[in-house]
Amino acid sequence: MNWITNYVRPRIGSIFARREVPENLWSKCEKCQTMLFHRELAENLNVCTNCGHHMAITPRARFAALFDGGVFTEVAVPEPIADPLQFRDSKKYTDRLKEARRTTDEREAMLVAEGEIGRTPIVAAGQDFSFMAGSMGMYVGNAIIAAAERAVALGRPLVLFSAAGGARMQEGILSLMQMPRTTVAVQMVKEAGLPYIVVLTHPTTGGVTASYAMLGDVQIAEPGALICFAGPRVIEQTIREKLPEEFQRAEYLLDHGMLDRVTHRKELRGELISILRMLLKQSPAVAADLPAPATPEPQGTPADGEAVADKG
Amino acid sequence: MTHYLDFEKSLADIEGKAEELRTMSRANPEAEVDKEAAALDRKASDMLRKLYDGLTPWQKCQVARHPERPHCRDYVDALFTDWTPLAGDRNFADDHAVMGGLARFRDAPVVVIGHEKGHDTKSRIERNFGMARPEGYRKAIRLMDLADRFGLPVVTLVDTPGAYPGKGAEERGQSEAIARSTEKCLALKVPMVAVVIGEGGSGGAVAFATANRVAMLEHSIYSVISPEGCASILWKDAEKMREAAEALRLTAQDLSRLGVIDRVIREPLGGAHRDAAAAIASVGDGIAAMLGELADQSPDSLRDNRRRKYLGIGAKGLAA
Repeated sequence: MNWITNYVRPRIGSIFARREVPENLWSKCEKCQTMLFHRELAENLNVCTNCGHHMAITPRARFAALFDGGVFTEVAVPEPIADPLQFRDSKKYTDRLKEARRTTDEREAMLVAEGEIGRTPIVAAGQDFSFMAGSMGMYVGNAIIAAAERAVALGRPLVLFSAAGGARMQEGILSLMQMPRTTVAVQMVKEAGLPYIVVLTHPTTGGVTASYAMLGDVQIAEPGALICFAGPRVIEQTIREKLPEEFQRAEYLLDHGMLDRVTHRKELRGELISILRMLLKQSPAVAADLPAPATPEPQGTPADGEAVADKG
Repeated sequence: MTHYLDFEKSLADIEGKAEELRTMSRANPEAEVDKEAAALDRKASDMLRKLYDGLTPWQKCQVARHPERPHCRDYVDALFTDWTPLAGDRNFADDHAVMGGLARFRDAPVVVIGHEKGHDTKSRIERNFGMARPEGYRKAIRLMDLADRFGLPVVTLVDTPGAYPGKGAEERGQSEAIARSTEKCLALKVPMVAVVIGEGGSGGAVAFATANRVAMLEHSIYSVISPEGCASILWKDAEKMREAAEALRLTAQDLSRLGVIDRVIREPLGGAHRDAAAAIASVGDGIAAMLGELADQSPDSLRDNRRRKYLGIGAKGLAA
C-alpha cells in the first residue's frame, strides 16, 4: 500500500470507468445472465426482457417514466447538518458522502418530486439504492418530512418507493431517530385524510422496513424484492439453519399477509393511478386522454452501494 | 460471587485479597489483619471510582450488559405496587421478552411496559434474552391503547439487544410490528416516559422509547446497531468493536449532548449492579420527575409536543 495504489491507481481506474459507460451498450441480467441491449433495458424500466428480473432503477429514471410526459418538479429538501457525529471508520463519512455524490450525481439517497400521474396530482418520494445503499440518515428523514408536508399543503396523496439497506450507521443514533421522525411524517399525511402508498423495491430492510415503509395504506412490492427487518444472513447465524431461497422475498411476504400486492414494474403506474383515483373518489382515468410517460434514458450501471446499513 | 468485567481485573485482585484477609480474621481473630483489609478496601474503592469516572464507550457497553445489572423485573418489583401483568397480543402468543401490565407508581395507576432479559439460564431462555418478537410489540401496542383509553400514563423500561432476528418473527411481520408500536407511541394522548436501563438496541428499543421524556442510566447505551455489528460491517472486523462503540456515540452522555435524550440518571459507584437498590431508587425518582414535568399538559399537547420533539431531533448535531 503506497501512494500509487491508494491514489494513482484508483484515479486512473476511474478515468477508464467513466469512459466505459457510453461505450458499454450491453449489460448482463444479474439473474439469467442474458446480455441486454442498454436502450431496450431502459425502455423496459430495467426489467430483464428475458426473465423479468427487476434490476435497480434510480428515482430519477423511475420518475421520468412515472409522471405524465415525464414532467415533474423536485421538492426541495432541507439540508441537514453535515456529518453530525464526525464519524470515521476505515474512511471518513464525509469522504464516503463525496464519493457517493460523485458516482451518482445526486445530492443524497432520496428524491422528492411533485407532478401528475394519469392526470392525478401526487407527491412522490423515491429512495436511491445506488447512493450509499439508500441508507436512512438525517437527509432521508428530512426528505420524507418534506414530502409529507408538501402532500398535506397541496392536498395530494404521497407515493413512496423504498429501497434501502437500513439505517445509515455513520449517523449513529440520529439515523435511528429517523424511525420516529418519518413515522410522524406518515401520520401527517394520514391525518390529513390523504392516501399514503408504499411501493417496496429491492431491497428494503432494517429500520426502513420497521418505519415508514411498512405503514402504507396500501403496500405494493415489486417482484422478487427482498423485504425484511433482519437480513437472511443474520437470521441464519442466529438460528443456525439454511433459509429457503424464497424467504423474505415479495411473494413470500404476500403469502404471509404482509403485503397487499406484488406488481410488475411495467404495470405499476397504471395500478397506482387506478388505486389512487378510487381512494380519492375520482372518476376512472381515461387511458386515451393520458399523455404518455417519457422513455427513460439509459443509465450507467449504478455503483455498488457499500454496505452501510444495518439490521434496524 | 461478583462477576468482574475484563477491565476490572486489577480491582478483582484487590477485592479478592481483602476478602481473603477478612476470611482469615474470622477464622483466626488474633491475626490483626482488619487494618490491612480496610486499606485494601479503600484502594479498591479509589480504583473503582477512577475506572467508572473514565469508562470508555465500549466499557459502558459491557457495564450495560452486565449479567448482574438490575433488569426490568427488578424495577417493577421495587418501584410499583398492585403490579398486574397483562398478557398476549390476541393474535398469536404472549411474548415473555416483554413485560407489560397495570400497576401503581407512587399510588397513581400507570401502564408499565419493558423488555426483560432474565437473570439465569432458565429465565434468559424463557425471556429470549430480552429480544422481542412481533407478539411483544403487538402486546405493547394493545397496552398503550388501554392506557390511552383510560388516560393512564405509560412508563417504559428499555433493555434489549434488539428485536429477535428469527424466521418466525420475520414471517409474522417483525418490521410491521415495530413500525406500528412506534406509531402508537407517537399517537398517545397520555404522558409517556421511557428509561433506558441497560441496552437500547436499535429498532427494538425505539418501538418502546419514543416518549415525551426519555432518560438513560449513566452507564446504559442506546444505538442504531451493536458495536460488534457495526465493526463487522464498516471495519469488516468484529474485533474493532471498541472503535465502533466510540464512533457510534451510543453513551448516555453523548445522547444527551445530541438532544436525543432528556435526562441522565446517576448510577451508584461501580455501576447499577453493585447497588441495585440505589440504582432502582434513582430511576424511580427520575420517572417521578419526568411524569411531574408532563402533569399539566393537555392530551392534545402531549401528543403534539412529542411529535414536535422528534421532528426537531438532530437539527444541531453535537452542538445541540
